[in-house]
Amino acid sequence: MENLALIANVQSFTVIAIGLMIGLAGVGAAIGVALVGSKFLEGASRQPEMMGALQPKLFVIAGLVDAIFIISVAVGLFLAFANPLLAAIK
Amino acid sequence: MSATEHLPTPSEYIQHHLMNWRTPPEGGGFWTIHLDTFWVSLILGFIFVGVFANVARKAKLEAPGRFQLFVEVIIEMVDQHLKEVFHGKSKIIAPLALTIFCWIVLMNSMDFLPVDFLPKVAQLIGANVFGMDPHHVYLRVVPTADINQAFAMSLSVTVLIVVFSISAKGFGGYTKELFTAPFGPALAPANFLLQMVELLSKPLSLALRLLGNMFAGELVFMLIAMLPWYVQWAAGAPWAIFHILIVILQAYIFMMLTIVYLSLAVEDH
Repeated sequence: MENLALIANVQSFTVIAIGLMIGLAGVGAAIGVALVGSKFLEGASRQPEMMGALQPKLFVIAGLVDAIFIISVAVGLFLAFANPLLAAIK
Repeated sequence: MSATEHLPTPSEYIQHHLMNWRTPPEGGGFWTIHLDTFWVSLILGFIFVGVFANVARKAKLEAPGRFQLFVEVIIEMVDQHLKEVFHGKSKIIAPLALTIFCWIVLMNSMDFLPVDFLPKVAQLIGANVFGMDPHHVYLRVVPTADINQAFAMSLSVTVLIVVFSISAKGFGGYTKELFTAPFGPALAPANFLLQMVELLSKPLSLALRLLGNMFAGELVFMLIAMLPWYVQWAAGAPWAIFHILIVILQAYIFMMLTIVYLSLAVEDH
């Protein structure tokens, strides 16, 4: 347990990193999905007959935008529960 | 459970769940094979092929059953997207797209099984039949949350991109395109570099997108499983419902991007 201070140090930095990763990715994804949604509504209200054609594309792009966020959440949770950076100390 | 045994801490629980059933068990570097990913994906692949072949064999023109209609809806959806996006001629792209979609949906759907169900069954079998230490029985049920499976699929798609390019333009034509597009023959090294980046970023983004989504989903289900049993449904039900969307959406995106990449491969620059 002589490494306790080192472990605490790594964990505190990891927590900040996780917060930044999930927070910033969340902001980005929220803006992205909002833009996609607003443009879709705009397009659909301008040309309602295009709605069927636009909808699958909306989902594809929303999925693409969302993926980056989800990837960063996955990496963040991975760092939270199975931190590989701690292996250097233990 | 004996008195000396302690309940796993959250991080032990998650680490145990993130370990694959692999051979050799201590991990063999590059030659480690994840048996759980292999068997689950193989079995699901055969389920897909078996079910669809069965429906196709029994298909009736008059009074089709509900399940036949369901299968027809999937096939027509894939077919419609193919007609919209892919303008070349190919016999394998339609079955390829259908297989990718259904197989990934099935593999992702393993997320909906209770997180501890199959690992517990594996633990019982491992401890009672093979006499293993139950703490060393590992099982990860979702194949697409394993980086190997995600990259296996996306790299296969990349190989197909190269094969489609060569069959559409000829070996010489494809080589010429690699070195002359988009800036012209004067900047051959820059063109080649750009084309390689373009080619290699495709499998990376395809695999990481699928992997990230499924891995995050799996982890959140594990976190929910650590809550007290009386609040689990309150967190688990909304996440499971949202996850249905993600599961189908990611399979759909993987399929659509495969079609788009392959149609780019057969088109001239």
